[in-house]
This record gives sequence, structure tokens and C-alpha cells, in this order.
Amino acid sequence: MTPHAKLVALRTIATKEILRFSRIWIQTILPPVITMALYFIIFGNLIGPRIGQMDGFDYMEFIIPGLIMMAVITNSYANVVSSFYGSKFQRHIEEMIISPTPNYIILVGFVLGGVARGLAVGVAVTLVSMVFHPLNIHSLWIILSMILLTAILFSLAGLINGVYAKSFDDISIVPTFVLTPLTYLGGIFYSISMLPEFWQRMSLVNPILYMVNAFRYGFLGVSDIHLGTSYAISIGFIVVLYLFSLYLLRKGHGIRT
Amino acid sequence: MTAALKISGLKKTYKGGQVALKGIDLEVKQGDFFGLLGPNGAGKTTIIGIITSLVNKTSGHVSIFDHDLDLDPASAKACLGLVPQEFNFNMFEPVVEVVANQAGYYGIERKEAFERAERSLKQLDLWDKRRVMARNLSGGMKRRLMIARALVHEPKLLILDEPTAGVDIEIRRSMWQFLRTINAAGTTIILTTHYLEEAESLCRNIAIINEGELIENTTTKQLLNTLHMETFVLDLESPLDELPQLENQKLVQLDETTLEADICRSDSINALFDELSKHDIRVLSMRNKTNRLEELFMYLVENGNGNRAAS
Repeated sequence: MTPHAKLVALRTIATKEILRFSRIWIQTILPPVITMALYFIIFGNLIGPRIGQMDGFDYMEFIIPGLIMMAVITNSYANVVSSFYGSKFQRHIEEMIISPTPNYIILVGFVLGGVARGLAVGVAVTLVSMVFHPLNIHSLWIILSMILLTAILFSLAGLINGVYAKSFDDISIVPTFVLTPLTYLGGIFYSISMLPEFWQRMSLVNPILYMVNAFRYGFLGVSDIHLGTSYAISIGFIVVLYLFSLYLLRKGHGIRT
Repeated sequence: MTAALKISGLKKTYKGGQVALKGIDLEVKQGDFFGLLGPNGAGKTTIIGIITSLVNKTSGHVSIFDHDLDLDPASAKACLGLVPQEFNFNMFEPVVEVVANQAGYYGIERKEAFERAERSLKQLDLWDKRRVMARNLSGGMKRRLMIARALVHEPKLLILDEPTAGVDIEIRRSMWQFLRTINAAGTTIILTTHYLEEAESLCRNIAIINEGELIENTTTKQLLNTLHMETFVLDLESPLDELPQLENQKLVQLDETTLEADICRSDSINALFDELSKHDIRVLSMRNKTNRLEELFMYLVENGNGNRAAS
């Protein structure tokens, strides 16, 4: 397959993935936007003023980056896990497997779909947040790079979940019992400096903490974590998950008998 | 001439120890219309799965138009089109996208992919359904969609795994005609089917597989010559109360005016008529038992119920 043909195949998979979630935007884009709007109203507007300031910022301003990040994480993950498992369930993943499209193109195609949905929801949530608080941007480059890395990372994680999933229950177990708790404990609603020392150290095990803090730094210029560490951890996870996903596709785990 | 497909020493043992293939050697010539027959669980779908990379083989070699599937999978796969046994397209995509996306996986640009999808869908009489979600098609249309999808990248080797299972006779016949046309245009076809009549009608060469082993691999003509008996239905001029004992003839009376005769291929039919004449039994007409109902059905469909008397 020529490099151009591979690029065409990649565009085909990415377009197919983007069309998939766009067609059902009421199920894929709208719900997270409504959920985040409720967070802004309840935590930001109603409870926020009673909490006061966090790291020198209004509580609403403090939680906005974290909530945007939460929407990106859950949606990029959900897009790939449901799409990949759906293609296994309906067996149309076979269309790609029998074609000359290499495994890495299939992998990147699915990830692009997840990234697109993550970013689409991220942009929508950001626009909604501007209704509640004016946007404060410290470094656009950090915001864009961190949101992109996070969307890639959780798209890859979603694909691995999709490869292993044998039922529709399996695609909701990880988001419910692993992803949501890690996200909530990843410093979205609080600064880890508020925690006792033991729990501060425990929090450092949570990779989402690094992404949320780096992303918040892009908006507010403050972070509990060193920026370089956040980038290193994000990129490190992406490399590991990419190689593992590729290995699973090559082995045909859950796809070939 | 290049072999369209060459398989040697192909073995497959599934997890749990079930041996599906015990060492298959098979060659399909370019341009052939090849039938792969066998009972359920014989290993046909496993062979197809390995050729199409959907099943991991245990050992052996597969090459498609001289491209080794292990060493040069992209070139081998580019030659191949598959119509699987079960529907395996995205039910929530419009028909035209199902076909155009498949072209995209073969590196065909989006614009050309849609042009080809149009051609393919028109060939299979599905163009007016192009915007319909695939799940809303009828069973026969879904089968045709899988053929349109498999042909969109113009494969040199088309594999059809029971393509007419569950479709009515009219659609089956139109599919046969379509397959004959594309085979005549140069596409090599491998067909698995449970309808022996289908294989007889379409395939020039046939391999029979049973319990993971190849038990026959020959031309259709030669295979049919090995059949010893043929059954004929005889319509009698006048009703018969009781069938008399006929020498060396195997006859069954179906009703007053109909007999069924099993005749050895090596025997002359004249002997049967001589015996019947001896007993003053006169035959009005005779036909081969096979496909009688299908023929009648096709006649009715093509000519309308009102002309039934003509049959």
C-alpha cells in the first residue's frame, strides 16, 4: 500500500468515526455539555461563593479548566470504546481487517475519532463556561497541547477497553469504576495542597491529576504539579498505550480467532 | 498461468483443541469459478477466514496471485474481495457509505470511492436505496449490498461464503447471473454453498472438504459423472390401479398417473420404456426430478399467475 493510499484509508476511518458521533450528536455532544453546565451552576454559582477562593482564584474560575478536561477525558474515551466495541459486535471491523489497511492506520483512525469528539465537547463546554465566567488564558499553547495529549491518551485507553470488551457491560465498567473516580480525585474541584500530606502523595499516583493541573496552568498560570512532569507523564502514557494497542491489533485479540 | 489462490499444508487448531483443518492443499486457477463444498463444520469457513486474515492459521501457507499472505499481506489483500456468510456491515450507516468506505480502506480517494459505489450499487440494483440506513434493507438487499461492497475495489479474486443462503429463488437466480457475468469479465470466484444445484450450475471446478480434509478436488463435470443414479418423474396417459412388477426397474407410484423411476446412469432409458410397454403403460411426459419446483416458481414469477395453464 503506498503512503498516499494509507493516508486515504486513514482519512476514510477518521471521517467515518467523526460522522458516526456527529449523526447522533444528541447522544454524544449535548449530554456532556448539559452536565457541565449543571456543574457550573451548582458548584460554581451556588456553592462556589461560599467556598471562597482556591489558589487565589474564584472557585468558578478554578474549576472551569478541570471540568473542561473532565468532559474531554470521558468523551474521547467513550467515543473509541463504544465505536470499537460496536464494530466488533456488528462485525464491521472485519471490513478493515480484510483490507490492506495496516493496523497502525486503523488504530490512528479510531483515535482521531475520539480526539475529534473530545475536542468538540471541550470547545462546547468552554463556550458554555464563558456564560458563567470570562475566559482567562495564560498560555494558549499549553491549553491546546495538553487538551490534545489528553484526548489522544484517553482515546487509546478506550480502544484497549474496546479490544478486551466482550459485552456492553464491559465497556461501562472501566468508565464507571476507574475513570470517574480518578477524574473526580484528579484535582478538578480542589487543589491537592488542601489535602493532608499522605493524601497529597497518594494523589500523585493518579495520572489525571497531572493533566488537569497542566491544563489549569494554561488558563490560570498556577499548578500543583511541575509542568514538565505533566508533559512527560502524558507523553509516556501515550507511547505505552499506543504500543500496547498496536500489539493487541496485531495479535487480533478479540477480533481474530 | 498464475494461480489465483494457492494453499499448502494449511492447518488450524482452535483454542480448546478443536482441529478444524488437518493440512489442506488447494490451488484455484485464475479466472476459475470454483466451488468449495462440504457439510456444516467441515472447515470451509475456517479456510476462508484464514485467506481473509480473519482467522489465525496454526501452520501452512497461503498466497493470492503469487503474493504470500504472511510476507506481503497488503498486496495479497488488495487482490481479495469477500462476501461473508453473515451480515458484517455497519447497520447504522447509509448504504452508499458502507460501500464507499470499503473503497477507502483500499486507498481509493473519496470522490472516486463514491463514483465506484454508485457503479457497484447500480449493478446490484441498490442505487435507489443509497441513502437508506443499511439496517432498513430487506434480507436479499443486504446480501446484494455485501456483494456491491466486495466488488467496489475491483478484486481479482472474489470469495463468496454461502451468498444465497436464505434468499428467495428469484434473487438467487439474478445473483447467479450477475456472478457469471463478473466471472466472464475475468474475476476469479470461489463459492461455498449448501445448494448443490448452485455449485452445479455455476462452478467449473469443485473441491469437497469434510472434517478438515479435502476429499475431492476435480471438475464439476467429472464429479457429476460419478453420480450413479438419476431420478425421473413419469406422467402416465391413463390411471394405474396397481404398479406391476417390472424386471430390473426401480419404480415408485406417487399417485394414479405419476411414477418415479431411479435409473442407473450407465443403463439405457429405453429398457425402462420397453418394460412399461410390455405392461401396456403409456408415458405422456417425463422430466428430471431435480428443480421442478424452482422451475415452476420461476415460471410463475416471470409470467404471472394467470398463465399457469401454460405450464
